[in-house]
Amino acid sequence: MTPDEQDMVRRRQKGGALVMALLLGALVVLIFVVSIAKIKAGNA
Amino acid sequence: MTTATVSTSILPADWRDFLALTKPRVMTLVVFTALCGMLAAPGHVDPVIGFSAILCIALAAGSAAALNQWYEADIDALMKRTRNRPLPAGRMDRQSALHFGVGLGAFSVIFMGLFVNLVSAVVLAGSILFYVLVYTAWLKPRTPQNIVIGGAAGAFPPLIGWAAATGHITLMPVLLFAIVFLWTPPHFWALALFVKTDYAAAGIPMLPVVAGERVTRQQIGLYTIPMAAAAIAPWPLGYAGALYGVAATLSTLVFALFAAQVALRSATPDGDAMRPERRLFKYSILYLFMLFGALVVDRWVLA
Repeated sequence: MTPDEQDMVRRRQKGGALVMALLLGALVVLIFVVSIAKIKAGNA
Repeated sequence: MTTATVSTSILPADWRDFLALTKPRVMTLVVFTALCGMLAAPGHVDPVIGFSAILCIALAAGSAAALNQWYEADIDALMKRTRNRPLPAGRMDRQSALHFGVGLGAFSVIFMGLFVNLVSAVVLAGSILFYVLVYTAWLKPRTPQNIVIGGAAGAFPPLIGWAAATGHITLMPVLLFAIVFLWTPPHFWALALFVKTDYAAAGIPMLPVVAGERVTRQQIGLYTIPMAAAAIAPWPLGYAGALYGVAATLSTLVFALFAAQVALRSATPDGDAMRPERRLFKYSILYLFMLFGALVVDRWVLA
């Protein structure tokens, strides 16, 4: 693998990790908010 | 069927390629019809639960699109319209696409079942399986009527949206299903008429390739009749008011006019660039947006 390709791999891994972190964070928030909504509706 | 070799990059796929795998443009129509199905349903949906349901439907559509591209990577490589997708272009390996599609689908169904309701989760799972197994793997490569049956897969979102809001399925969501189901053949066959060479190159038995232009034009005209009936039906049946009735009648008349122009042409003149077919295809997308939009406006205005 050339140095350029290695750079590209690292950039993509970093981008992928960042997107995954954001998605997981959003999922945690969503589950929290949905749980509150279900509890309020009385059918949790 | 003709096959092509798909080259695979050694680089890990970019997140944008995973996003492209979900066909975001198709997803907008799925999300819109699902949202309209939900908003047209009786009763009140908690906005958070409603958002979760729409998210699950969007993710399920993305899953089906990813699995479709995983299965059809060889065919996509043969068509100009699809050869730049992540798999045929070699920007992603097939296993990643498979894992992504299965993961997304499983997540959407489980989340829907846990946080929305079981009925919508079951229909959601059925829609993914129908699109991937019945349409993509079974019918699409085998029959020129593939689009007719495949239309059912795209017709599920308003039904699921309604089921998410109410927890059950009545005649009205089935009518919404029927509208999209019957709209799909004229919509896709109009497209197939002007990308016929692409499908022929890939060996997909699309109606224009197998039965010719004349039969396809006739079928577009024929399917427009039940589609028009289904589109206007909610009004006389009392499921929608006059606002929807007038909007549906007028927009359907325009659709029928464009469809008739395509159906009644006997041959394509040179240098014509399939203008009536392209017009019908573009209008058909706008038509569905208008129809479902009118349904929601009618329900909320009357409410």
